[in-house]
Order: sequence, then C-alpha cells, then structure tokens
Amino acid sequence: MADFDQELDASGLNCPLPILRAKKTLAGMDTGQVLRIVATDPGSVKDFEAFSKQTGNELMDSGEEGGKFVFRIKKG
Amino acid sequence: MSGKKLAIIATKGSLDWAYPPFILASTAAALGYDVEIFFTFYGLQVVKKDLNLQVSPLGNPGMPMPMAMDKWFPVLGTAIPGMQSIMTMMMKSKMKAKGVASVEELRELCQEADVKMVACQMTVDLFDFNPSDFIDGLEFGGAATFFEFAGEADITLYI
Repeated sequence: MADFDQELDASGLNCPLPILRAKKTLAGMDTGQVLRIVATDPGSVKDFEAFSKQTGNELMDSGEEGGKFVFRIKKG
Repeated sequence: MSGKKLAIIATKGSLDWAYPPFILASTAAALGYDVEIFFTFYGLQVVKKDLNLQVSPLGNPGMPMPMAMDKWFPVLGTAIPGMQSIMTMMMKSKMKAKGVASVEELRELCQEADVKMVACQMTVDLFDFNPSDFIDGLEFGGAATFFEFAGEADITLYI
C-alpha cells in the first residue's frame, strides 16, 4: 500500500505554480487523505511549509529524492 | 480558511510587471484570502483579452542584458529600434525554459480562484478603451469601489 492517496508531479514548474496546483489537487481530496508532491523549484521547500501553516493542511514530511523535492501533505 | 483580505492596485502594463499582481493574488487565494485587484492606468493592459505585453530595457539599469550588451552599449544600446521586441522575445523564452507560468495562465488561475478584478472606469474612459476589449468578469468602478474592499483588507499593495 502506498503511503499517500494522490500524487502531484510539479517538476519543472516555478513559483507559484507548485503551490497553486497542490491547492487545486487538495480541493478534490477528502480530509485526512495524503497528497505526495514532487517539485524541482528550490523555493517550494519554504513555500510548502508556509502553505501548510496558513491553510491547516499538515506538512507530514519534506525531503529530497534523486535531486527533486518531495513533500507529503495531509488534507486538514 | 483564514478569512483574510488582500487588496492590490495594479498600475503597470509591461510584461515583467504583470507578474507581481497575478502571482500574489493567485497565491493569496490559494491560502484562503479573499482578493481584489484594482487595475488603473497602464495596469489596464494586463486585463485586456488579447495581451501584447512587452518588456523594455530602456531606462532600466537593473535589467540583465544578453551578450554583455549593457557593457558595450550603455544606455544607447537599449534604445536601438527593435531592442524591445528582441528583449521581450528573449524574456518569454527564458520564462518558458524556467517553468515560469505565462501571464495568461496566472490570470486564468486568479479567475478560477474568484479573485475579484476591477478596472478603473476613469482611466478606461481616459484611454478610450472599449469595455469589450477586456476579459469577461471584469468589473468597472472608481476609487470609492476600491476602498469599499481595501478598507476591510488586512494587506494592501500598490504595484
């Protein structure tokens, strides 16, 4: 079983697109479901922290995988 | 939802300056803000249906120039006929290569997120613009209309 419910590939996209796409994807998900996001924009690391703090969607973890930034956000 | 409000006055009509209002408005909307942008003077260009936005190196010493042109042709180089369209072309291809959204895309995202957009009626009249030249959903109003929203706003930006 995957440790997320949906995945969003925001590779190659620059600010503010990863956040906007994530928001849109989360809007179609149920509370408690987990969205995994893959991004290449280095600014997205701080931005997803800020997004999570301001929207009440929990940033479960944030890290790097194969040169890309990977986030898991639980819909609040 | 934070229930916060962001009010923006957009006054500039070049390709580069079209970005800040739409980036901030779309992001704020994604964060749960209620957003209104008031477009006045040259800012009206960015809410036209057909965008023909340009970036100009003229009078802009902060703009990075290709091929060290600013070194070889200070000031004068930026005034050469055709320089503006060359710089616009280069800026657009650079933006595409770096995954920066187009102005049209960001504007659509703002519309989808219910960002309220208001055109300054006085400057629409001043420039003899036709209301049908503008995107659908744009409202027309004056300074008092802006303050009706901005008076309650948590953040107000003049761009």
